[in-house]
Amino acid sequence: MTTAPEFTLCEQLIVAASEAWRSNGELVATGIGPAPRLAAGLAKLTHTPELMMTDGEAFLVEDPVPLGPRGYDDRKAAGYLPFSRFFDAAVWSGKRHAMVTPSQIDRFGQTNISYLGGTYDQPKVQMLGARGFPGNSICHINSMFVPAHSKRVFVEGEVDMVSSVGYNPARRTPGVNFSRVDLRLIVTDLCVMDFGAADNAIRVVMLHPGVTFDQVQEATGFALEAAGEIKTTPAPTAEQLAIIARLDPHGLRAGVIKDNPAGKRS
Amino acid sequence: MNKQLTIEEFVASLKSGMTIGIAGWGPRRKPMALVRAILRSDLTDLTIVAYGGPEVGMLCAAGKVKKLIFGFVSMDAIPLEPYFRKAREAGTLDILELDEGMLQWGLKAAAFRLPFLPTHVGLGTDVMTHGGFKTVQSPYDDGEVLLAMPALKLDAALLHVHRADKLGNIQALGPDTYYDEWFARAADKTFVSAEEVVDRMDHSYPEDARANIVERCFVHGVVEAPLGAHPTSMPPSYGWDMKHLKAYADSAREDGGWDRYLADTIGADEAGYLDRVGGKDAVAALPLPIF
Repeated sequence: MTTAPEFTLCEQLIVAASEAWRSNGELVATGIGPAPRLAAGLAKLTHTPELMMTDGEAFLVEDPVPLGPRGYDDRKAAGYLPFSRFFDAAVWSGKRHAMVTPSQIDRFGQTNISYLGGTYDQPKVQMLGARGFPGNSICHINSMFVPAHSKRVFVEGEVDMVSSVGYNPARRTPGVNFSRVDLRLIVTDLCVMDFGAADNAIRVVMLHPGVTFDQVQEATGFALEAAGEIKTTPAPTAEQLAIIARLDPHGLRAGVIKDNPAGKRS
Repeated sequence: MNKQLTIEEFVASLKSGMTIGIAGWGPRRKPMALVRAILRSDLTDLTIVAYGGPEVGMLCAAGKVKKLIFGFVSMDAIPLEPYFRKAREAGTLDILELDEGMLQWGLKAAAFRLPFLPTHVGLGTDVMTHGGFKTVQSPYDDGEVLLAMPALKLDAALLHVHRADKLGNIQALGPDTYYDEWFARAADKTFVSAEEVVDRMDHSYPEDARANIVERCFVHGVVEAPLGAHPTSMPPSYGWDMKHLKAYADSAREDGGWDRYLADTIGADEAGYLDRVGGKDAVAALPLPIF
């Protein structure tokens, strides 16, 4: 019998996040940022091999591309999905499930990456702009990864600029088809949440070992629901840890969560 | 027919107040030599349409931009463009913030000579609220309400590619052509800078005709500008210059930083630019970015 492996909280979150893509079938799995990208690669290499994935540039690959410096031609292209085809082929067709890290998230799952504070004409802090969030959110599945669960991210009231569509009834323009809005998982450093409560409200479904529901509520700007039975986030297996290590040979995952804390067994 | 222009002739054919689309994507294959020519000119009050990278920040810093129509502005490894940020936070820009997909959709509407194209995208978000977009209802049984993305008509589009000929045939060799062809088709006049200008593409590079991203009737001027995408990337020829972009970004935090960058780096002419940023050989050897 082998000893149970050591693991970090980040690795535990990567494993939890990879569950977002389970049984999604043939669609493009996009993880923006190191942990979501590792989670997507882990999903493809373990439970959902049908997933499609890009090399981050223009090609589709069957072997997820490791993070960080490598030889430019190390990746082997199996298909072609450049930016010039991305809206046609992946986004607007609904053939994608992206996991992103928004700056703000509200109780309806609306998110913001555009600006913080001030006004549209004069924001206090300008960020990226809405990027592809409006289209992503109304066309395909989305999940979120939040490395530091706090009231600054999970805001009271609405986000400052609604960059992506959520389930806010006040923004349901009559006659518009919102049937493809499909928010799945939110994985944070405290818990795993979904949108499974009444009216698609955010619900805590899993707590990381040692974290209480009250602690999560305390760090959230709106009232949370709890799933009937809240589970404890499982520890990664040795196989999962080996795959994560292979996909992240330079150890970039160590910088995802402040001080890179150790994970805990339940 | 000879569409070749000097960079001076190119910039002289633009006018203040124009709406100019800049092709490329973030810090990737931007027509930077053409942008630098605009930075050195008296042009002003421009409306810029772009998947923005450093060119947007530079044009904002130089006070050239009246209105910005954008899906994002980012330098990738440096996510937030500092001069774009300054201009936004000072409240000096008119803006129209778009979803990335809406931007290319608006260019396509212009290219097809349509007033608008319908889309789901933008509905339910503040892009809709702030952008003042209108909706249309499907006349078919579904009766769906859709956002009507207005045509983004351009007075001029600027592209940078690997090769052009004097007739206006162009070739972009990289793995991704972004939405360059739609910028070109949406514009009254398209100006293309190229690493190399030849007399006739069919005499020089017939084997790469599939890299001809837009037909020559949409190309009005070609300008030879070797290494003209610097400091942005030009795959497969050379990568972006992250060290340069970092120094450019840092200048935004210094007093008089932009004025120094403009004087010492952009400088008086394109001829000396490459020497000022490390020389031709060094730029040509910049490694391709790894994602």
